[in-house]
Amino acid sequence: MKPVTILLATLARCAAATLSVAAEGKVKVGLIVTLSGPPAVLGGQVRDGFNLAVKTLGGKLGGLDAEVTVVDDELKPDVAVNKVKGLLERDQVNFVVGPVFSNVLLAIEKPVTESNTFLISPNAGTSNFAGKQCNPNLFVTSYQNDQVHEVLGKYAQDKGYKSAFLLAPNYQAGKDALAGFKRDFKGEIVDEVYTPLGQLDFSAELAKIAADKPEAVFTFMPGGMGVNLVKQYRQAGLASIPFLSAFTADESTLPAEKDDAIGFLGGANWAPDMDNPQTKAFVKAYEAAYNSVPGTYAMQGYDTAMLIDSAIKGTGGKLSDKDALRAELKKANFTSLRGKFKFGLNNYPIQDFYLVKAAKRPDGKYETEIVQRVFEDYVDRYAPECAMK
Amino acid sequence: VSLALLAVQTLNGLQLGILLFLIAAGLTLTFGVMNFVNLAHGVQYMVGAYLAAMFASLTGGFWSALALTLPTALAFGLALEILVFRWLYDRDHLSQILATFGVILFLNQGVKTIWGAAPLSVPMPVELSGSIPLMPGLLFPVYRLALIGVGLATGFALYLLINHTRLGMLVRAGSTNAAMVSTLGVDIRQLFMIVFGFGAMLAGFAGALVAPILSVEPGMGDNLLILAFVVIVIGGIGSIRGAFLAALMVGLIDTLGRAFGPQMLRLVLAPSAANQTGRALTPMLIYILMAAVLFQRPSGLFPVKQ
Repeated sequence: MKPVTILLATLARCAAATLSVAAEGKVKVGLIVTLSGPPAVLGGQVRDGFNLAVKTLGGKLGGLDAEVTVVDDELKPDVAVNKVKGLLERDQVNFVVGPVFSNVLLAIEKPVTESNTFLISPNAGTSNFAGKQCNPNLFVTSYQNDQVHEVLGKYAQDKGYKSAFLLAPNYQAGKDALAGFKRDFKGEIVDEVYTPLGQLDFSAELAKIAADKPEAVFTFMPGGMGVNLVKQYRQAGLASIPFLSAFTADESTLPAEKDDAIGFLGGANWAPDMDNPQTKAFVKAYEAAYNSVPGTYAMQGYDTAMLIDSAIKGTGGKLSDKDALRAELKKANFTSLRGKFKFGLNNYPIQDFYLVKAAKRPDGKYETEIVQRVFEDYVDRYAPECAMK
Repeated sequence: VSLALLAVQTLNGLQLGILLFLIAAGLTLTFGVMNFVNLAHGVQYMVGAYLAAMFASLTGGFWSALALTLPTALAFGLALEILVFRWLYDRDHLSQILATFGVILFLNQGVKTIWGAAPLSVPMPVELSGSIPLMPGLLFPVYRLALIGVGLATGFALYLLINHTRLGMLVRAGSTNAAMVSTLGVDIRQLFMIVFGFGAMLAGFAGALVAPILSVEPGMGDNLLILAFVVIVIGGIGSIRGAFLAALMVGLIDTLGRAFGPQMLRLVLAPSAANQTGRALTPMLIYILMAAVLFQRPSGLFPVKQ
C-alpha cells in the first residue's frame, strides 16, 4: 500500500502548490445584476457580455486569472445590499460590477465605495452620482440615464416636429424620461399621459393619440409594457405617426415585438450594426454563444470587463495599489465596442449618441440599427456639479 | 370630446370587460360552486397564453395553436385538480389560499425555466389583422372586434350550458347546497372536477385569445387575477350573469375613466392639478365602484341563494 500513499501525498502537494499560485495571481469580480422576474433578460445580457469578454481574454483579466461570482439582486435594494456585503466580506472581491437598475445602484453605492472597492455600473447611471454625489470609486460605463431620452428630444426638435404626445409609466424613471425628452424639444406637448406601472392594454391611450393627431409620439415603456404598446400601436393603425422611444424597442424586447416594431426609433450609445471590427467580432461571438442578438446591456457588460482588464494591465497586476488602479481605470485605455470612449471628471462616459431604428436582418433576427449621430462627445448635464478633479 | 372617440373608447372598454369576463367566469364557478378560493386562476390564464405561443411556433398558425391550446389547458387544469386542489376542498380558505399561492410561485418560475424570462409573442391571424373604419375617423382593430364577438358568444354559450342543460342544473344545485346534491346520488367530486377543468380551460382560452395583442411573459396573470376577483365580488360570487355584467362595468369604467377622467377634471381644476389628480384617481375607480356596490348590496349584484 505504501507506494499508493506516497503517490496520493505527492498529488495533494501538487494540488496545493497550484492553488497557492492561483491565489496570488487572481482577480475576483462580483457581478450583481437582476436575474429574476421579467427584467431578468437585461441582467442576463450584462452577465453574458461580461463573461464573453473574460472568455475572449482566455479566462483572465489583466493577465490574472479571473474569478467571477454572479449574484442576483432580485431588483430589491435591500436584498442587493445584503448580497453586496457577502461579495465584499466573504468573497473579498476586488471589483463589484452592477447593477442594471437605478434604485439598486442607489442602495449599493455606499457599502461598496466605502469599503474602498471599485464599483463599476454597466447600466444604471443616476443623476445624483453624476453630479454632487460623484465618487472616485464609482465608474459608470453606460451613460447618465437622462441622455438616452435627450437623444429623442433633440432628434424631434431637429426634425421640426411641431407637436408630440408623451406616454410613460407613472413612476420616477417614467417622469425622468419625459423630463429628459422635454429638455431639447420645444414643440407643443399635446398631452402627457402616465399609465400605472405594469399596464398591459393601451387601447384607451392609443385612441387618444389617434384623436389628438400629434406629429410624433415619445414613450418610455421598458419590458413587457413596451412589447404590448408596440404591438397595439401597430394594430391600431398608428404607425404613420413617428414612434420615438427609449428602452421600448431594443434587443431585449424585439424578439417578441418582431415585425410590429420595424422602423420604430430609439436612442442609444451603440447598436449591433456599428461599423467597427471589434463590434463585428463581438456580435458574432455573442450570437454563437448565447443564441440571441446582443443589445446595449451586453455591450456595456463586455466593455466593463475590457475596462477592468486594461486597468489591471496598466498597474502591472498590482491589485493592492488602489490609487494606481483608479488612475488606470480613469484612463479607459481599452478598445470600446463603441469606438470612442472616455471618462469625464465625474467618472461617467463622454461618448456619442445615436438615433437607432428597429430592423429585421437578412437572417430573420431583429436588431436596432444606427440611423444617424445625434450627439457627439456628449457630456451629461450633471457633470459640472461634481467636485471631483 | 368627439363622439367618435367616445365610441372607440366604449368599444375598448367592452373589449376589456369581455376579457375580464372570460377569466372571471371560471373563477366565479370554482368559488361559487365549490367554495374554493383559487388564486392560481391567473396563472392558468398565463399557461394558456404560453401554450398558445408554443403551439404557434410549432405549427406556425394562430388557429391551429388555439385548437391545440384548449384541450391542453383542459388537461393541465385537470392535472392540477388531481395533484393539488382535490386535497384542499375540505380545508379552510386559508389553506386553499396558501396552497394556490404556492402554485402561482411554482408556475411563474416554471414558465421562466422552460421558455425563459424574455416576453414571447404570438402572430396575429392574417384574416383578423388590420383595422376597419366604423365611422369616418374611427378606426378599430379587427381582432379586438372579433374578441368582443367571441366573448359575447362564449357568454351566451355559458348561459345555455348553465341554465338549460342537466350539467348546468347540477352546477347550480351544487352552488346552492352541495351536501344535498351529493345525498341525491350525484358524484359531487366528479362534478367539481368537471367544473374545475372547465374553468381552467376558459382561463386558458382567454390567455390564448389575448396572446396576439399582449406580450406573453411570466407573471402576466397576476394583475388580472385581482381584477377578476373584483369582478366576481361585484357580480355576486357564483353567478355567471353577475360576472358578465360586472366585467363589462369594470371594463367600461376603467377604460372611460382612463380616457376621459383627466379631461373631466380639467373642467373644475387647473390643468396640472387635474393631471395629477386624474393619475391618482383613475386606477382607483373600479375599487370605488366595488365599494359602492357592496355598500348597497353586500353579496354583490346577483347573489346566489345559499
